[in-house]
Amino acid sequence: MNGLFANEDGRFAPRLSLRLRFGRLFQLLSLAAVTLGLIVLSVLILDIILNGYKWLRPEFFTEFPSRFPEKSGLRSALQGSLWMISLTALMAFPIGVGAAIYLEEYAPDNGLTRFIEINIANLAGVPSIIYGLLGLGLFVRGLELGRSVLAGSMTMALLVLPILIVSGREAIRAVPQSVRQASLALGATQWQTIQNHVLPYAMPGILTGTILAISRAIGETAPLITIGALTYIRFDLKGPLDLFTVLPIQIFNWVSLPKAEFQQLAAAGIIVLLGVLFSLNALAIVLRNKLQIRW
Amino acid sequence: MFDKHEIALSVKNLNVDYGDFRALENISLEIPARQITAIIGPSGCGKSTFLRCFNRMNDLVPTARVTGEVLFYGQNIYDSKVNPVEVRRHIGMVFQKPNPFPKSIYENVAYGARINGYKGNMDELVERSLRAAALWDEVKDDLKKSALALSGGQQQRLCIARAIAVEPQVILMDEPASALDPIATLKIEELMQELKKDYTIVIVTHNMQQAARVSDYTAMMMLSKEGSRAGTVIEFGPTPQIFTSPRDRRTEDYITGRFG
Amino acid sequence: MLRKTFETELQQVKDNVLFLGSLVEQAILDSVEALKKRDMDASRRIMEADREINARRFAIENQVMVLIATQQPMAHDLRLLASILEIAGELERMGDYAKGIAKINILMGEQPLLKPLIDLPRMAQKDADMLHRALTAFLDEDVETARAIPQEDDEVDALYNQIYRELITFILQDPTTIERANWLLWAAHNLERVADRVTNICERTIFIATGEMAELDGAANGEENA
Repeated sequence: MNGLFANEDGRFAPRLSLRLRFGRLFQLLSLAAVTLGLIVLSVLILDIILNGYKWLRPEFFTEFPSRFPEKSGLRSALQGSLWMISLTALMAFPIGVGAAIYLEEYAPDNGLTRFIEINIANLAGVPSIIYGLLGLGLFVRGLELGRSVLAGSMTMALLVLPILIVSGREAIRAVPQSVRQASLALGATQWQTIQNHVLPYAMPGILTGTILAISRAIGETAPLITIGALTYIRFDLKGPLDLFTVLPIQIFNWVSLPKAEFQQLAAAGIIVLLGVLFSLNALAIVLRNKLQIRW
Repeated sequence: MFDKHEIALSVKNLNVDYGDFRALENISLEIPARQITAIIGPSGCGKSTFLRCFNRMNDLVPTARVTGEVLFYGQNIYDSKVNPVEVRRHIGMVFQKPNPFPKSIYENVAYGARINGYKGNMDELVERSLRAAALWDEVKDDLKKSALALSGGQQQRLCIARAIAVEPQVILMDEPASALDPIATLKIEELMQELKKDYTIVIVTHNMQQAARVSDYTAMMMLSKEGSRAGTVIEFGPTPQIFTSPRDRRTEDYITGRFG
Repeated sequence: MLRKTFETELQQVKDNVLFLGSLVEQAILDSVEALKKRDMDASRRIMEADREINARRFAIENQVMVLIATQQPMAHDLRLLASILEIAGELERMGDYAKGIAKINILMGEQPLLKPLIDLPRMAQKDADMLHRALTAFLDEDVETARAIPQEDDEVDALYNQIYRELITFILQDPTTIERANWLLWAAHNLERVADRVTNICERTIFIATGEMAELDGAANGEENA
């Protein structure tokens, strides 16, 4: 094809229309990929909502689980999940941020540090059931915490720590070096620099990472089953050493029961779980937008 | 060389190594007080590294090792009993890219004073520093505004105000105008002439005309020998002499644009 | 080598200075020759040619200004360009001296020369020779030659003093010759000044090459004699 412009003398073969067509082709393929994902997801959610919405009545939140579907609720599971999230966050956040600060700001760049860094990254990929086994040995039996919500939360804290440390480091690394230098050049100590500049600017990123890590903890079942969280609890959770259950375990329990109504209860439980998850994600986005500093 | 001037900084046999790599080699020179000293030279000859020796910013590079002495009014700042944090309050620094904190204009200026335990009136200090940096009239009604909303030239003058708020004796400037347009550059250069009444200024610049315009003394840096990567000062003298009759052939070649 | 364009332009300015120098050299020799032969037409041509000398001096000045403004010359380049401004001025003034001699020839009208000219052409020859070598030294930045040339100013001064004494003797013997003697004295004085200005060019050459600004002996003596 000859170009519109006079200096085309045949030394180039632009094949413009072919190149443009290829571009459009890949644009369409990408669109198809997105659409497929969205369709599968909406079908799933739609199915669950249709199954479970009529069970989302006040008693569902205030009743303990029961042999009778109409008297069943997820009061204890919701309590367990909320306790667990709070305890996990309380334990994992300071340790995770502290470790991230140490690794980014203080640790010397030597073999040991790199070894630790690689292992933390690897830990983030370890199957969660391994953490369950660790929690069972270390907290339930070793520290004799029993099958308590505290032991569960500690296990969960271990599980999310690597994720938290990795995301915390990313956030701290994203703070421009120039800000650190500006502070140090004014005669600030390293801690003053971290406290006044690095942490405030890394905080949105750290919080986002934390919430995403916590969201993962809410959905986890395997480690809790391993340490022996109960499935059938008909009393309020009063302290960290009490026995507990959580939403995913309750849902799993309902799914395994033969009655059709329990399947629908499970669907309703999933709606609640998704609701909690989405709220946490929304919170992460809001926090990020609110605290974000534009450089 | 400086009969009229007191010596603010005196460098003696300074070497800087990064691990096995020697970055600066055997530099000795004296920086006169309340004068502007420019450091010029081709890229990669260690100008910024040299500048960072004066406020121990090289300490932040884990592998860096500084040997030799830098005497600040007689006190070796590399002495084991001197903490770099203390040095940096007395020898301030302005960086190449304006880097105000993402806080208000007021907070930017007050920060250094606050962390160093300033006991006087903070509002007065902020105003005085902003006036000294020729920025007060432009920002006096917007002190609560984010520093990031200022123009590049204003941001750089804010960084200067921030540096002088901790009342240093020396201000180091690492290519302070290289990210600015010509007018903002001239404003900074004018400001430097005002500042030199009270402060000793050491400026690294790529721009030879700038060095010629603003400085009283010029240090010419270059790799110490063919094939080496270690920079050193090959000629140091009054700026008019360096730019009209340099003694070293390499200085001549560099400033007349025949280097390389 | 970097800055090839700038180098070429510097070379052009230097060439222009040399060309101006050769015009001036010729004008000095021609003006005395015309006076010797009482050739008024030749003198008129010399006066006319002085316009070109002036125009060329302005052209060089302009060229230098543009280079300073656009190329930011430093160190040696700056010394060279600043000195060229000075040298072009010196050459133009030398041209004026030649023009002055041409004018004397015309003003003398039909009056005969007081005496046959012998020392004046020798002075002119010496001036032209010194100027020529001074400009060669300028071109080569030959410091040694530039230092040596001003020493020869003494020869020119000696010739001048000799002419001076000779003309005074004429006037004392016959006061009616005073006007004609005075004209020749003026011509001799102009030629003496040319040599002083050659010394200035040599000073500039040394400054260009070394950055050292020094008064050379010849010039100092010349100023005292003036």
